[in-house]
Order: sequence, then C-alpha cells, then structure tokens
Amino acid sequence: MLVLGGVSKTYPNGVHALERFSAEIRLGEIVAIIGGSGCGKSTLLRAIAGLDPATSGAVTLDDIAITAPHEKIGIIFQEPRLLPWLSVADNIGFGLSDLPAAERRARVVRALDRVGLADKARAWPRELSGGQAQRVAIARALVPQPEVLLLDEPFSALDAFTRTDLQDHLLDLWADARPTLVMVTHDVEEAVMLADRVLVMRPRPGRLFADVAVNLARPRDRKSQLFDQVKRRVLTALDRSLDRNLMEAQSNSSAGEAMWW
Amino acid sequence: MVMTVDLPALERSEATAAPASRVRLTRYARPALGLVLPLALAVGWEAIVHLGWSNGRLVPPPSKVIATIIDLARTGELSRHILATLSRVAAGFAFGVIAGTLLGAISGYWALARQLLDPTIQALRAIPSIAWVPLFILWLGIFETSKVALIAVGVFFPVYLGVMGAILAVDRKIVEVGRIFRLSGPAMIRRILLPAVLPAYVVALRVGLGLGWMFVVAAEFMGASEGLGYLLIDGQQLGKPAQIVAAIVIFAILGKTTDWLIEVTSAPLLRWQDAFAPQGGGS
Ligand SMILES: Nc1ncnc2c1ncn2[C@@H]1O[C@H](COP(=O)(O)OP(=O)(O)OP(=O)(O)O)[C@@H](O)[C@H]1O
Ligand SMILES: [Mg+2]
Repeated sequence: MLVLGGVSKTYPNGVHALERFSAEIRLGEIVAIIGGSGCGKSTLLRAIAGLDPATSGAVTLDDIAITAPHEKIGIIFQEPRLLPWLSVADNIGFGLSDLPAAERRARVVRALDRVGLADKARAWPRELSGGQAQRVAIARALVPQPEVLLLDEPFSALDAFTRTDLQDHLLDLWADARPTLVMVTHDVEEAVMLADRVLVMRPRPGRLFADVAVNLARPRDRKSQLFDQVKRRVLTALDRSLDRNLMEAQSNSSAGEAMWW
Repeated sequence: MVMTVDLPALERSEATAAPASRVRLTRYARPALGLVLPLALAVGWEAIVHLGWSNGRLVPPPSKVIATIIDLARTGELSRHILATLSRVAAGFAFGVIAGTLLGAISGYWALARQLLDPTIQALRAIPSIAWVPLFILWLGIFETSKVALIAVGVFFPVYLGVMGAILAVDRKIVEVGRIFRLSGPAMIRRILLPAVLPAYVVALRVGLGLGWMFVVAAEFMGASEGLGYLLIDGQQLGKPAQIVAAIVIFAILGKTTDWLIEVTSAPLLRWQDAFAPQGGGS
C-alpha cells in the first residue's frame, strides 16, 4: 500500500506548492490525479518518486519511508527522456544492469515485443516518432517490474489518436503484473478511461479537493452513458475546484479591479 | 541477437542509411570538389613560371617544391624533422589534454572547485600564450621541455573549457533518469555523464590539437636544430623559399591528417547524434 501522509512541499524560493496531501492507494489500484495548471501535481509525483522529497509529511510504501528513488517505484515523464546514445533495446534494459546478461536480454526482447517495437531494437532514439519513443519509455519503466508506476502527463504531447492507442496499450501492460499506477493528467476522459479513482486537486497551495470513484468495469466504453456520468462528475468537481480559486483571486484583487469598473 | 548494454551500439544495419550509391558518390565527390581550387592554382602557377612570365624565385612553382621535398626525403632529413615536430606536438598535446580534462572535469563536477579554480584559469587564459615563452626558457631551458610546455599550454585551455562547459550543459532531465534507476556516483559518471559529454569533448580535442600545431611553430622558432619550424627559419635565413613552402605544405598535411584521425576514431562513438548538417552534400 502506498500511503501519502500529509505531504507538504515548499520550494527553496518560497513557493508553497503542496499542502498536507493525504491519500491511501492500494496495490494494483489505478489513480488519476487531475487539477489546474500549477496546482502541484508534478510536485506530488516527484515526492512519491523520491526525486524531490517532501518538506513535511511522509510517503511510505509498505511502511518504508520514501526519501530517495526506490527500486519498487518507477516513473514515466511527460517527455520520453531516452538516452540518445543507447539503442532502443539498450534504453529499455537501462535499469536492469544488476541482472545477468541473458536474463536482461530476455526481458528486453519480451518488452520490445509487448510494446510492438521488436523491429526497432537497434534503432536510435532520434529515429523514433513521439509515440514510439514514449512506448520505449513505458517499456523501460515497466521492465524492472516496479510495484508502483508514476506517470506525469505521459501522453499529453501526443495527438489524440496516438493517445488513445497508448492508453489501451498501457492498460494492457498493466494487466500483466498489475502494479499500482498513479497518473497525472489534464484529460478528464483519460482519467475516467483508465483510473479506479480520480483525485481532483485545487491550487495555491496544492490540496486534495475531491476523490471521485470510477466504478466502471473494464474494458470501458468511452461512448457509454455510465462513462459520461462519471466524466461529468469529475468535470463538476474540477470546475468547482477552479471556481473557488477564481472567487479567491477576485476578492484578492478587488481593490485594483474597482478602479476599472 | 547481439546487444551491447551501456555502450553506444556500434554495429548497425545500413538499412536506415541513405541509398548506398548516393552515399558513395558524395563520399568521393565532396573531397574531390575541395581539391579543384588548389590544384587549379598550382597548375596555373606552374604554367606561368614555365612560360617564363615570372621567374618564380620568391614564389616557387609546385614542381620545385616537390623536388625540394623529394631531396629532403632522400637524405633522411625530412623524416628527422617530421619526427621531431610530431613528437613535440604529441607530448604537448598529451600533457595539455590530461591536465585540461582533469581540471575541466573537476571544475564541471564540483561547484566549489569551480569557484576556486575557474577565475584563476580564466585569468591565465587571457594571457597570450606566446608571452610565456621567455619565462619557460628561463625556467625550463631552451631544449625540449620548454617547447612541450608551451604546446601543452596552448592545448590545455580549449580542452579545459570544453570539458567544463560540456559537464555543466548535461541535461538535468537525463541525469534524473540515472537517479530514478539509482545509479551510484561512478555509474552515473560512466553511464550518463561520459556519453553525454563525449561530442563536446571530441570538438575540444580537435580545437586543442589545432592550437598544438600552431604553438609547435612558435616553439620551434625559439631555437631548434630540427623540426619543421627549423626548416622554416632555415629557409628564410638561407633564402630558400621552396624549402619554406615545402615545410608549410607538410604542416598542412600533418595537421589535417591528425585532425582526421580524431574525427575517424570518434565517429563510431558518436553515430547516435542527431546531426544538424544534412547528411548528403547535395542539399
Ligand atoms: N523546482 C521548483 N522550484 C520552485 N518552484 C517550483 C518548482 N517546481 C515547481 N514549482 C512551483 O510549484 C507549483 C506547482 O508546480 P507543479 O509543477 O507541481 O505544478 P503542476 O500541477 O504539475 O502543473 P502543470 O499541470 O502545469 O504541470 C507552481 O507554482 C510552480 O511554479
Ligand atoms: Mg506538471
């Protein structure tokens, strides 16, 4: 179980990015985090990854405090971040250097096959399309078999068609070993398509605003009425999270605004 | 299936490269194109001297330069001079590269060392390196040591700057990938920093080598009994322009060849690069 216990983060420059964020995420659960820009989603994810530890509060995985990158936690960034000097196969095997060569090779070959890039094993990253590169990044993160996989807007740089394709692909890969997925997204449909739960955040400082359960059986149908209902619920929560913020912003600047009217 | 984990994959299929015939054409056509102008000039000058329009005493025709080179080669003089110059450049280049790489890496890696070292090194860099010559002669004598030291100084600065700049420019996002996979300090250097720095390092080496060739001439001007720089001075004092031009031509050949050696040995390690220049010569 992944437990976020009152995670707060203040950056050295004084920006208060995250305020006592608490959640419990079960093993194998898929959780989407959604919220306005700058509300601390990446900050939260980086704290879970152990890249930028929280200033207060704790992230624990099975009662182990996470303060630095952990072998059971993988992350996929918005950009593929492939190492340009390694072939596609070597990129996928990058995190497996502790394994014997034969085992590593077998896993890489399987992963290449799984993401449909078997013919690209020898290609350089620069020779891949954006979607292919992100698939390599997914394979690289999954191949060490993490218990928790974090994704920070992994598909936001892709076109709509590639995006839905990769969403299906991700679900497919997830079904193999069923790791916990924590996924930041801007796309409500993507959140409802993939997640068991959608956590809606509100900004300044980033806080948990709503926790929407998605009780839909998989595979999900984007066009079904139930899907639409859940989507609307998330949208309402999202609207409200931003609305409240808008009101605050207006009251804060009302003095200056009055001059205008 | 062969896989080299951690090392840039060396062998690749040609399937993704441009069509073979076009590659072959541009590979030979481009250097040939570069030879047209110098050859035309050489032939033109040879003809002018041959026709008696100029006596060619101050600017010797190519045939005379070639004859001089052959003469020098026959007596064994030429190889002695070339060897002397080459070994000076090699020693100076080696010392300069070692010092530049070490200090550049230290300055790039540790902010504290950079704050401590870099201002001094930058101040030293502002001194025209030839200005060291008198001091080096006083300290190290007029023989080999002072010459090698001068060359090493010339090579040091571009290598130092190149290495430090390259380390500072390594993408934080790529370093984060290393952190996620919990690379230890040495593994981070070997698997992330070194490959990331390599392209800039090769450029720094080539710039350093160029300066090494520049400084060997200065070093040999300050009193040498052998070497190509000596041939230059000797040719001037005895009024033998053909010998001067011969030495210049050999400098050009050696400089180009050693630069080409660096380029060729590093090319397989840099094949992954997203080259900016169009691959073919056509466009
Ligand atoms: N390294 C940093 N140093 C200082 N402030 C930062 C840093 N990273 C983020 N911030 C600030 O923290 C806040 C939250 O940033 P964060 O990147 O977590 O937002 P986000 O929810 O991921 O936004 P987006 O949806 O645009 O990616 C922002 O106000 C941002 O300016
Ligand atoms: Mg973000």
